Amino acid sequence: MSAFADFAVILLSAVLVNNYVLTKFLGICPFLGVSGKTETAIGMSFAVMFVMTLASTASWLVQKYILLPLDLLYLQTIFFILIIATLVQFIEMMIHKVSPVLYQGLGIYLPLITTNCAVLGVALLNVQQENTFMTSALYGFGAALGFALVLVLFSGLRERMEGAPVPEAFKGSAVTLITAGMMSLAFLGFSGLVKV
Amino acid sequence: MMVQLFYALLALGLFALFAGVVLAISSKVFHIEGDPLSDKIDALLPQTQCGQCGYPGCRPYADAVAAHTADVNHCVPGGERTMLAIADVMGVEPKALDEEEAMPMVAFIREDECIGCTLCIKACPVDAIVGAPKQYHTVISDHCTGCVLCLEPCPVDCIDMIAKPELLEHWSWPLPDTQRAQVGLERRESHHHD
Repeated sequence: MSAFADFAVILLSAVLVNNYVLTKFLGICPFLGVSGKTETAIGMSFAVMFVMTLASTASWLVQKYILLPLDLLYLQTIFFILIIATLVQFIEMMIHKVSPVLYQGLGIYLPLITTNCAVLGVALLNVQQENTFMTSALYGFGAALGFALVLVLFSGLRERMEGAPVPEAFKGSAVTLITAGMMSLAFLGFSGLVKV
Repeated sequence: MMVQLFYALLALGLFALFAGVVLAISSKVFHIEGDPLSDKIDALLPQTQCGQCGYPGCRPYADAVAAHTADVNHCVPGGERTMLAIADVMGVEPKALDEEEAMPMVAFIREDECIGCTLCIKACPVDAIVGAPKQYHTVISDHCTGCVLCLEPCPVDCIDMIAKPELLEHWSWPLPDTQRAQVGLERRESHHHD
């Protein structure tokens, strides 16, 4: 298989087949928290994409050039968290400067990317699978793309549901969680698409 | 073994230092100029975050005043002095306070009726209420700003607002008439320079 086809398979599997939110159930907090409006969902998607891609490449570099040579694998988690926290702080400052409206819209969920388990999950899975540098970057980007896709689709669904006559007992989080479950079922349909 | 530990500490320390330097530089690059006017007003407010002005805290009220969407006279704990200071900063005419509060008030807990539920302790923005679960609570009058936030959560309505007792140790000279004092100060200073 050519290199390009390889990359396409990695991307496809990260976005659709092994979607972090709907099949691995990582990063549920922002998925439910920021999906109220499509606009903030798109902003959050870009923020997560930036953090996830950079975090997976940075953690790969740290793993290869600091942790493995010095035999410090037991410090893996704390190093990776440090990387993610720094990146999140950085992007928070950047968004505050570039788009104050988006900054207000994302609110508390922006600093909470730090504790988005999907970001740490991607970084840890990358090292576990012993991916190469390019594969790690692509895997991180693909996972973020999958997160973005699901988040934006879900926020679209939720915006439509605003006007729907939902039974009293199901209003609010109940119907949101049911919708998320149905979406997860739908994404299971992709499971045979790529052999991973 | 010691060398291993040394490497671990060094690696983590250096990496954290690097991250800190990156963040310090980017905080300079992406520095936000806050609204200087609302910063000034915020500095004048008492920071009790009591919400009696109708805004969810002192900062939002300062923003609203700076944006000319709120009047200068809504800060209850700050009283007349704060209102005058804000009006001065904004360059508008001073307005009478929302509620004419002739006397500073403090909360008082009728201890024999208190059931020790701690709800008022949680409501107090300045930690002026002491007590433990199922023990009587009481108000430290010195710290109480009279913001009345503790009245509403009390399930047995055992909190009263009473006039702040004027004690000898709290008495101070009445504040001077600010405008006259200002004129006097300017005169004295110009005299001094001569």
